[in-house]
Amino acid sequence: MLGRLSWAAIPFDVPVVMIAAGSVGFVIVCVLALVTVKGWWPYLWREWITSVDHKRIGVMYIILALLMLVRGFSDALLMRSQLALAAGHAQGYLPPEHYDQIFSAHGTIMIFFVAMPFIVGLMNFVLPLQLGVRDVAFPVLNSVSFWLTAAGVLLVNMSLVIGEFARTGWLAYPPLSEVAYSPGVGVDYYLWSLQISGLGTLLSGINLTTTILKLRAPGMGYSRMPIFCWTALASNLLIVASFPILTATFAMLLLDRYCDFHFFTNEFGGNPMMYINLIWSWGHPEVYILILPAFGVFSEVVATFSGKPLFGRRSMVVATMAICVLSFMVWLHHFFTMGAGADVNGFFGIMTMIIAVPTGVKIFNWLFTLYGGRIRFTVPVYWAIGFMVTFVIGGMTGVLMAIPPADFVLHNSLFLIAHFHNVAIGGVVFGVMAGISYWFPKAFGFTLNERLGKAVFWCWFIGFYLAFMPLYALGLMGATRRMQHYSDTHWQPFMLVALAGAVLILLGIVLTGVQLAVSIRQRERHRDMTGDPWNGRTLEWSTPSPPPPWNFSLLPQVRRPDAFWGMKQQPNPAQQRTSHRTYETIHIPRNNAAGFYLACFAVLLGFSLIWRIWWGAGLGILGAIAVGLVQAWRTDGEIAMSAEQVMAFDRLHGAKEPAA
Amino acid sequence: MIGRFAHDLGVPDRCNQCQPTPCCSPRDAHSMLVRMISIASSAMLVASCHEGVLDPHGPVGKAERVILYDSTVIMLAVVIPVIVLTLVFAWWFRAKNKRAQYRPDWEYSGRIEMIVWSIPALVILFLGGIAWTGSHDLDPSQELKDSAAPLDIEVISLDWRWLFIYPNEGIASLNRLVVPSGVPLRFRLTSTTVMNSFFLPQLGSQIYTMPGMISRLNLKADQTGTFQGLSAQFSGDGFSDMRFDLVSVRADEFKEWVTSTKIHGGLLDATTFTDLAKPAKAENPQTYAEVTEGLFDSISSSHTAANPLPQGN
Repeated sequence: MLGRLSWAAIPFDVPVVMIAAGSVGFVIVCVLALVTVKGWWPYLWREWITSVDHKRIGVMYIILALLMLVRGFSDALLMRSQLALAAGHAQGYLPPEHYDQIFSAHGTIMIFFVAMPFIVGLMNFVLPLQLGVRDVAFPVLNSVSFWLTAAGVLLVNMSLVIGEFARTGWLAYPPLSEVAYSPGVGVDYYLWSLQISGLGTLLSGINLTTTILKLRAPGMGYSRMPIFCWTALASNLLIVASFPILTATFAMLLLDRYCDFHFFTNEFGGNPMMYINLIWSWGHPEVYILILPAFGVFSEVVATFSGKPLFGRRSMVVATMAICVLSFMVWLHHFFTMGAGADVNGFFGIMTMIIAVPTGVKIFNWLFTLYGGRIRFTVPVYWAIGFMVTFVIGGMTGVLMAIPPADFVLHNSLFLIAHFHNVAIGGVVFGVMAGISYWFPKAFGFTLNERLGKAVFWCWFIGFYLAFMPLYALGLMGATRRMQHYSDTHWQPFMLVALAGAVLILLGIVLTGVQLAVSIRQRERHRDMTGDPWNGRTLEWSTPSPPPPWNFSLLPQVRRPDAFWGMKQQPNPAQQRTSHRTYETIHIPRNNAAGFYLACFAVLLGFSLIWRIWWGAGLGILGAIAVGLVQAWRTDGEIAMSAEQVMAFDRLHGAKEPAA
Repeated sequence: MIGRFAHDLGVPDRCNQCQPTPCCSPRDAHSMLVRMISIASSAMLVASCHEGVLDPHGPVGKAERVILYDSTVIMLAVVIPVIVLTLVFAWWFRAKNKRAQYRPDWEYSGRIEMIVWSIPALVILFLGGIAWTGSHDLDPSQELKDSAAPLDIEVISLDWRWLFIYPNEGIASLNRLVVPSGVPLRFRLTSTTVMNSFFLPQLGSQIYTMPGMISRLNLKADQTGTFQGLSAQFSGDGFSDMRFDLVSVRADEFKEWVTSTKIHGGLLDATTFTDLAKPAKAENPQTYAEVTEGLFDSISSSHTAANPLPQGN
């Protein structure tokens, strides 16, 4: 009846897990009780869960990412404290079978359920506003994408309590991830949660690509498109091109595991090396899916707070698109040590380095955007400067490892770990943090507390250096990744410093929560009445904060890059007063619960497949199809906002936007 | 060459000269940049002291260290100025600085554009050359140019131990690799079950061991001594203990070791190998006086993990 599921699946004998699960369960129960007592359910259902507004969905992505950051970071703390203890003959407090799950979960969660939702969330929120349009191309699909991601998140977290997670590392290389060596449900949790959330990401990529290519404000040709939109375009093109590879690769591994196929097994002609090639031909573009929008954020932040246009805009676009194309030609650098031969290794080494050229150009262009500026040192600027300083170091160690013979001694070492955290934290996390503090007032109508924001920055910045510089050194000393203990006690001081760094980052994460709470309490003091708190340059600042569900009452006319800046320089007097505007009826999409229901069935499907509960899987599939059918026959997809309603909103909010 | 770059980096050539320095002294704590450079360089100082890849004892590792130093120095020549300029520009052009000239419309300069494309391009051209020649000169499968005849060693990664077969000597050793110093080592490697990576940090290049595949690696130990070996590719629960010692001895000592192994060692045939192939954590080194011929090839060519053994012989 319940497949492999039984009470034995719940690790009652592992106190760490039970305490963690118990406290998380307690918090969830408390939150649910609070929501019920306060009667917030109708509000949540109406305004958030069934919302198809890209701004709400973007915010939900970011909330999801923040929650999962806490989960992924607890894994990091467990790992750092284990390694701080397990020197010499000591074995630490986490046995290998548990430790292996922790590092696998840490990598999986941080990439798929923290970095991805952060980036997709930012793009979701910002793109239509910057493009000067009223929503994404497919608003309901957008909600489906988000809820499928949330379904993946739920499955991953269920593995903490019910059963186990993969013990294979975050990319689950076969043959270790095949049934012969990983017979448990851990790898199945990994595969199904990523298949479901991966589908969400792919749909989101299609949606946002279409939005950028087909929906832009009148007059916004590609040459006038804000740079964040360009980086988002590159990122979403990469999603569309690379996520199908991931899905297909996982599908093959699933066939191996469930149907006794032999794509990647040791036996019957299976070839594990094929998996490694395939997974990295997704995995390397994935790196740029994450970093390119972060580059976009820095471009916006540096230009806005320098009070100047971005230096070398055209170079920036060329560099972005060059990275987009090149990122598909470098995957082999993740396994130079497979022994492919000198020509192949040399080729991929050089291709990898070539990416450093457009990346270097970007750094220089930010540098010259600062030059001649009048720089206001707000929180986003702190992150941007911290990024520029940190990222070049990560870039340098990356190019170093692109040299095959250098990689032969650094591959899989803690040097590698330090390198990719250097670019992932120094690039993606800093970019996301900059983006959140930059666009927060747009989303909620008040700015975040600056002092606490700067404290958060310093915790992350110093914490990063403390946590990862020792890892560079340890890597050079021959310390390898994923070890649960080590014999050389000389390494221990480095591990202790790294732990201290992790604790400092923890403080930064806690302070982010404090910053949010304090800012919400002080919201009246930091209320942004203008819609343009930073003296911004792009169209999102031309509409009130928070924007109405239709974003722009009148679609802006774009005449140049940095369109809003241009409007502020040369206002069009005829359109300044609200009374002179001619409003039209605006159609906005109606709330839709399809995404939420679909995600429920996806969770049922995934969970049943993981535990081989075949009737549950059947029910999940039928339910999902039924949701699709009901959706296909819906007739009233939109609500009309009359011209009077739009005008009333505009009058209320002063209608700052100098729409042409 | 090595010495010069090592000197540039402030890295002493001899290990016993270096003192672990604290990450940052109060004096330079004021400057983010100085602090970072001091962290990086002191980390390298300390790292080079202790049995790592910056303290190689073989030609492959030494050549790789030259590449590490050369390319780091080349890149630092760009990276340090960029960091300095970032901080200087950001500080000088702060909004409060009345002396800084605000140029709100300055967004393009063809000359600067050309420079910013050329600098990274030139650096990469240079490093690309290093990468191309380096990957050819140091291709793991390429035999070392050496007057001495190479010693053949067959490496099998087990769950979770290392088996070393000396095919020409007809002996084998578990979790301990004894080699003569100054003699090129010609490895053929495979795995019984999952992937591992065979890595001797102080000798140089690592290479994957893969089931059903043979990878090749050539190394040499210049000096006598004991060097740590490990698996650098996660392979399951026993991975962390998948360590072994490489003992590099004089040629005559190696001969003695072979002779004594032939007398004292056990027998390695299909039956003993079946036991070895069962998953087990690291154990004390063992030696085998007699190895069934063709054991390595039958393992590497057998695509059946459940049955990786030669059938009869």
